[in-house]
This record gives sequence, structure tokens and C-alpha cells, in this order.
Amino acid sequence: MPKDHGIGAASKRREDVRFLTGTGNYTDDINLPRQLYVHFLRSDVAHGEIRHIDTGAAEAMPGVKRVFTGKDFEGVGGLPCGWQVTDRHGQPMQEPAHPVIAQGKVRYVGEILAAVVADSRERARDAAEAIEFDIAELPAVVDMKAALAPDAPKVHDDLDGNLCYDWGFVEENRETVDAAIREAAHVTTLELVNNRLVANPMEPRVAVGDYSRADDQSTLYTTSQNPHVIRLLMGAFVLGIPEHKLRVVAPDVGGGFGSKIFHYAEEAFCTFAARQLGRPVKWTSTRSEAFMSDAHGRDHVTKIELALDADNNFTALRTETHANMGAYLSTFAPSVPTWLHGTLMAGNYKTPNIYVNVKAVFTNTVPVDAYRGAGRPEATFQLERVIDKAARELGVDPIALRRQNFVTEFPYATPVAVEYDTGDYNATMDKLEEIADIKGFAARRKESEARGKLRGLGVNAYIEACGIAPSNLVGQLGARAGLYDAATVRVNATGSISVMVGAHSHGQGHETAFPQVISEMLGIGEDQVEIVHGDTSKIPFGMGTYGSRSLAVCGSAMVRATEKVVAKAKKIAAHLLEAAEADIELRDGKFTVAGTDKEVAWGDVTLAAYVPHNYPLEDVEPGLEETAFYDPANFTYPAGAYACEVEVDPETGKVTIERFAAADDFGNVINPMIVDGQVHGGLAQGIGQALLENCAYDENGQLVSASYMDYAMPRADDVPFYTVDHSCQTPCTHNPLGVKGCGEAGAIGSPPTIVNAVIDALHSGGHKVDHIDMPLTPSRVWAAMQG
Amino acid sequence: MHMTGSREIRADRETVWAALLSAEVLKASVPGCKELEGDAEEGFQASVTQKVGPVKATFKGTVTISDMQHLESLHLAGEGKGGAAGFAKGGADVTLEPTEDGTRLSYEVEAKVGGKLAQLGSRVIDGFAKKMADQFFERFQEAIEGPADPEEAEAAEGTGGKKGWFKRLVKGEAGA
Repeated sequence: MPKDHGIGAASKRREDVRFLTGTGNYTDDINLPRQLYVHFLRSDVAHGEIRHIDTGAAEAMPGVKRVFTGKDFEGVGGLPCGWQVTDRHGQPMQEPAHPVIAQGKVRYVGEILAAVVADSRERARDAAEAIEFDIAELPAVVDMKAALAPDAPKVHDDLDGNLCYDWGFVEENRETVDAAIREAAHVTTLELVNNRLVANPMEPRVAVGDYSRADDQSTLYTTSQNPHVIRLLMGAFVLGIPEHKLRVVAPDVGGGFGSKIFHYAEEAFCTFAARQLGRPVKWTSTRSEAFMSDAHGRDHVTKIELALDADNNFTALRTETHANMGAYLSTFAPSVPTWLHGTLMAGNYKTPNIYVNVKAVFTNTVPVDAYRGAGRPEATFQLERVIDKAARELGVDPIALRRQNFVTEFPYATPVAVEYDTGDYNATMDKLEEIADIKGFAARRKESEARGKLRGLGVNAYIEACGIAPSNLVGQLGARAGLYDAATVRVNATGSISVMVGAHSHGQGHETAFPQVISEMLGIGEDQVEIVHGDTSKIPFGMGTYGSRSLAVCGSAMVRATEKVVAKAKKIAAHLLEAAEADIELRDGKFTVAGTDKEVAWGDVTLAAYVPHNYPLEDVEPGLEETAFYDPANFTYPAGAYACEVEVDPETGKVTIERFAAADDFGNVINPMIVDGQVHGGLAQGIGQALLENCAYDENGQLVSASYMDYAMPRADDVPFYTVDHSCQTPCTHNPLGVKGCGEAGAIGSPPTIVNAVIDALHSGGHKVDHIDMPLTPSRVWAAMQG
Repeated sequence: MHMTGSREIRADRETVWAALLSAEVLKASVPGCKELEGDAEEGFQASVTQKVGPVKATFKGTVTISDMQHLESLHLAGEGKGGAAGFAKGGADVTLEPTEDGTRLSYEVEAKVGGKLAQLGSRVIDGFAKKMADQFFERFQEAIEGPADPEEAEAAEGTGGKKGWFKRLVKGEAGA
């Protein structure tokens, strides 16, 4: 019998009731009395000198309160970058100023040039058209390699060229790796592009700034994955508002995928303008604005070399990557191609020598930052593509080649600075072969061929590092923040519980899954537990949700706080039962004295805590509320194996995904239904990247894929029915729940699986194609088939 | 984006050259042109309303003529700002050569768009620009020669034969 509550139960998502009945409370649903609206005038050139802005005519338009330009933000802080990378030579990265409103120059299409605040959205928009400005267009750099040429136009005049950093990892191993590659029996080389993506959460970004003169309090309502991070960055670095005078609220948020981690200019503006004008100021992004102002993702260009010995053992790996930063450093941008990417280059394999070089480059494009997977999809894509190519070159089975090189003993310290605590990559590969029916592929290929289609099978294995992260470690690596999380478990008098968590739920189902943990620990109903999140005035200082960290880090904090609650409740129960504290057991919502039939219910103990008439007041404080902060000892390492079967139409190059199977090891699973959903969503995004999505600029830096007419999102008929399994479980060894995280796996593991399958299909048709860059659109596949 | 083309115009080079420098001809030739003022020496100010894919906007801008080699070639440069719709910029190198029947007008056009036009209209922009260039020279030719359509030409016969209004104007045949 599957469990019907607690850990492991497929409890239905309670938040869906409000999401599906239109009763959610999103930031755009928040409307405050006397609210004003801001419209941002954005640069329509990629690079230019601002010669002149005249806001006079706009300010005279009906309903306009004020027009702000870069001048109004002189003396105000810029948007901070939260991670400093040190380069190969021990020097800090180049870090340009990042103004809220452009000052002197514009550096990408979409950068804010001026902000019109008016009493309606329409009037603000109309007035923006009346702003007169003169921008002298300058040559733009879009291509990363061109941006590094000595005579390339400079994105930032005050920096030394367009190179943000040249990172080597592990720099000391470079020569050893070079030697191993020189001496190898076989070297497989691949050059590839990890295409630039736009996150496109269903809900665009929104910000409402408010200011109360009565108590000098600023409040920002914003679409964020981490309200405390925003409060810290905006309060301390941009606007200089002390934390006790600043509240950040992220209510229901309709998807983030990373793009809502970062601190953006628009939210700083609304908070700033609300103080200036003494009235609330609201901004709601249009979809067009989202394309040119939400941080983009990926955009890596890589050369990877895999060396093997005569027995096909991997002996060395060397990569050279160019990573696009865009025009400015977004909040966590420098960490993505480095510590979230280089550290994963070992993959599931015991390759002894690895060297990763990353050149991060400024270009006249939207800033690039973390997007679902952040660095790990880029690592997995390179590695799993080059392994597939090596298998083909050597004429060996790609699954066998992977198995031969799998890490099998744990803990395993990689040559790229991380230690995998646990895993079983053969187990997930075994499970994959079963659920994907690899044996039946040959027959299915015959059947496809009979219909004139080419059928291909692609497999891959992936690993990721989640649950970011040990604060002392990331501090050494350049993080300018700690990455613990926090939870407060507030037991109410009648026994129900409110849990205030630092994690933020914007699709992950925390409101359902977190109570399952408490229910399991205390033996009370899940419906007795409510999760409170997203408001810095209500929750403890937590770092928010990204990198599949919520359950592994914040969930662990919640477990620790609940353990403290239980310890205190046992003292109270011992008093009520007139027994020794050591003899008290908590089971099924009752405290019992071991070996007796004496018991007291959970609710009686909690009531005693708040009505302490018969209570050990000399030993125990009244009340029952505990907070814990949890800082993980290591990353968690979810891993798995994926298989995809595609059909390629040789006439048109059209790829259709016929089957997709995912065997994941997420450690312990709290709610298998939510985990299925997370994997499904990740797979859909990975399919989008592999086949459809591409963010494109023209050579002048114009964004030419800025609507759903030109940026192809996956739709229902682009994805198959998935077969997913997470029964292979090697629990994480260092967090109390043994969980690893499941939010990004699908987006990490699927792109190489799909490309591998398409290449396999083309080879079956006699087309000796080594690689096609994503997205594998019909025109690209068709062109590759023509040679 | 880059386009080239040429047209045979049944008029002598002097007529075609004069037409190229005429505000009225330009106004009649630029598709969607609402206003056009100024002259060839000082440049023209124009207001053009166009729909590109999903974006409809009025572009206000300038057209300047430079590199004039009398009767042989000139460069037309235009730049229009459409407010929230973005901007369009373009230039055309135009050369004239005498032929047996009149004049061959050849052109090389460079055009680029920015802002919302690029973001929303990129898929259609090449086709749109080609259509704009075709229409421009079509209408330019008509202004000189008269309508290419035989029915229209017949209808026009009563009021001055097959010649275009500009040709009639410069040849002093208007109202004849």
C-alpha cells in the first residue's frame, strides 16, 4: 500500500486549489491606494552614447508625476554582483558599474534610458513617446570571439577590453592534462554551442514599491525566488535602506527557472521612486520587455577534448569555453560558467585529469545568468556529446563505454574539487535500460524505417551538484553571501503548526511537501501544518530557492527546528506524565512513557505550552516555537541516466521525440508525484532547448527573437509521454532527510540525450554527421544531411 | 539587409534625374508617405506610416541626398524613428545610364531596423524591405511614365496620354 500521508506519499498539491481557481495572489494582483505606474523607455540600439535626453515635453503630459533619468541615480548605488571570480593569474574579474538607469552610454537593446511615472499605465506609456533623446550609435559587439579581438569596440570604456575573466580550473593541473592528452591512444574533439535561452516564466516580472512616511518603512512586492537576497542587495548596496526599514514580499510567483533570483533595476527603481514621490509605484513587465530585460541563460561556446587509453578508459579531459556575460554582470553571473560548471566536468566518470578554461566575455547583449541547471547543463552537454562521439569513433557501444568509466566507489573526490558522497550510476543505467526498453529499439527502428523515417536512440548519464552550499566553501570560491537556509516552526496552542521558511515556492510545491516531513516527524495530519514563505517580515533570514536547494537546505533547517520542538515538547510531556524525559517517546501524535500505557496527546502538550498552569516553569519557557539555520556540509549529487528515441523525417529534417525515459537518483523522495512533475517540466525545457528555443541577435545587437512568433517555446505536441523513475535511491549522506533535489535534473540531462539520438538517426541513414548545434530545427538537420 | 535591382524607365536621364530630386515625386513614391517637405539641397523631412508584421507606426525622419554626380548617380539616406516601434535606417546608391528606350535606373539598398521592429518583425522584415523598395521604384517609374496598367493608361488617355504626371509637368504638358 502506498502511504497516504507523510514522507513518500503522493499528496495532492494543496496550492493548486488556488492556482487552478484563479484565487492566487500574484504581485500584479497587488494594487495599493494612490498607486502610480512606471513605464520604462528602453534603448533600441545595442551600443550608443547618450548625448541628450529632454524630458520636458513628457513631464508636461497629462497625469505624469515625474520622469527619471540616469541623472536621478547619480549617487545611488549600482546593481551589485554577488560573486567574484578570481582568474588564472590570481586577479579578480573585471567588474563594471551597473547603473539602475543608463548613465552616459547604453550597452544593450532593452537597457533603461528613462522612467516615466504617471497615474495610469497608458499615460506613462504615452508620455514615454514624448521624451526626446539623441543617442549616437556606436559599433556593437555581439559575437564573443570577435569581442576579444584587440580592436573590438569596448562595452565598458573604463575596463581593459571585453574579457571579464580568464579562469583556469584546476590551473595547477593544466600541464599534466596537456601531457595526458598528448600521450593518449585516442582523442575525441568536439566544438559546440550551448544556445542562448530566455527563461520565459509564465508570469512576467512585476514590482510594486511602497513607502510609508509615518514609520519610514519601504516595502517592495516583487516576483522573486529569494526575498531576503533582494532585501540584502537592494537595501545595503543600491538604495542604502537599513534592513529593519525595508520589507520585501514575494507572494505567489508564476515560475522563475532562475530568472527571478537576481536583483533587477526595475525593482530598485520602484522602491526608490515610491520614496521620492510618497506614493506606491508599480511596474508590470510586458512579454516584449521580458525578452529584453530578464537575464538570459546559457550562451557558451566550447571546444572539448576527451582522451582515452588503448582500453577505452578516459584518461584526460580538456575544455575551452567562451561564456557570454552580456553587457553587465547580473547577480550571480560569474559563478555560472565557473563554479557551477567546471566542478561538474568529471560527470559520472573517473577521468583522472581534467582542465577547464573559461573566458567570460562582455558583449552588447542582455546580461546572462543562471537558468534552470545553471552551468551544469552546459557541463553535461559537452561531456555527454563528446563521449557519444568517442563511442562512435571507436566503434563501441555508448552505454558500455559509459559504464566502463563510471565512478563506482564513494565517497569519490573528483579532480575538479568536489566530493561525491554517494551514488550508483550502474543502478540508474540498469533501470534506464529496463524502462526505456533499449532491447526493443532495433525492432522499433525497423518499423520507423518501413515508414521512411530515420530512428535514433540517444542515451546519457548526468550528475549535478545541488543544495548549494557550504557557506565556508563558497566563500572561498568568491560568493559574497552565505548559502545556508532557515526555518521557524511555530506550534500553536491547539497543536497546529505554522512553518516560516526561507525557501520560496514558485511551482515547486513546498506548501504540500514540507508539511509531509513535519507530519512524518510528529505523527500529526499534514493539514495541521501551514507553510509561510515569501515575506521578509514573516520569515527568518533564508537564502531562497534555486539550484534544487529548497528541501535539501531549507527542509533540513525545518527538520532541525522540528527536532528542537520535539525535544522541548518531550520535557513538557515528561512533566505532564510525571515521568523521566529520557523515557518519553513521540509516536503517531502521542507522547508515551516507554514500556507503559501512559500517554498524552500532541495537542495537550502544545496547549500546556501556551496555558502553562501545570508546567515546569522553572526548567522550561512557555510557548513552543523554534528556529534553526542549516548550513550544508557538502553539495548533494543527484544523478541519473536518460534515453530518448527520435524519428527524423529525411525529406524535411523534422525531428519528433517518440520516447523519453528518465531514471533518476534523487536520494529519498518526499512526494513522488511532485518529483514526477518537476522532472516532466525539466524535460520539457530541455526539449525546448534541444529542438526549438534560440535567442538570436543580429550583427548590430538587435534582439530578433523577442516574441513567441520567433522564439519557439515547446508546446504540448512537441513533447512525448515520459517514462520517469526515481526508485534508485542512494540517500544523501549529510543532510537529515537524505534528499538530493530534483528541480533541474530534467533540463540538465535531456539536451545531450536528444542530440545524441538525432545524430544516431542520421548515421543510420548513412549521413556521417558528427554534430549539429541546438536547436535542432528542421532546417539545421536538413542542411546537415545535405553535407 | 542588402538589396539590388534595376528598372528601365521610358524617359531621358534629365527627366529621371529631376524626378529623383523632387519632393513631390519622392512623396508620391515612398509607400505610406503622409508628409514630405524640404528640398534636395537641405534634405527632406518625412512622415511615413507603415505596418511591418504586427507593428504599425508612424516614422518621422529625414531623407538626405549626397554624392550627387549630375545625371549619373547619387546616394539617398533615410532614417526614421517610430517611437515605441523602434527605428528604420537605410541608404540607396542610385545610378542612371542612358539606354535605347530611355534610362536604366540601378539601385543598391542597405537597410536596418531596430527596437520593436527588429524584435517582432524580424521574420518579415526582409520581405517587407524588398516590397518597400519594389513599390518605391514602381511608383517612381509610374510618376514619370504613367500607370503601367493598360486600363489605367486608357483611362488616363483623355487627360494627357500615357505620360506620367511628373513627365507632363516637366515637359510643360500639364493641363494641355
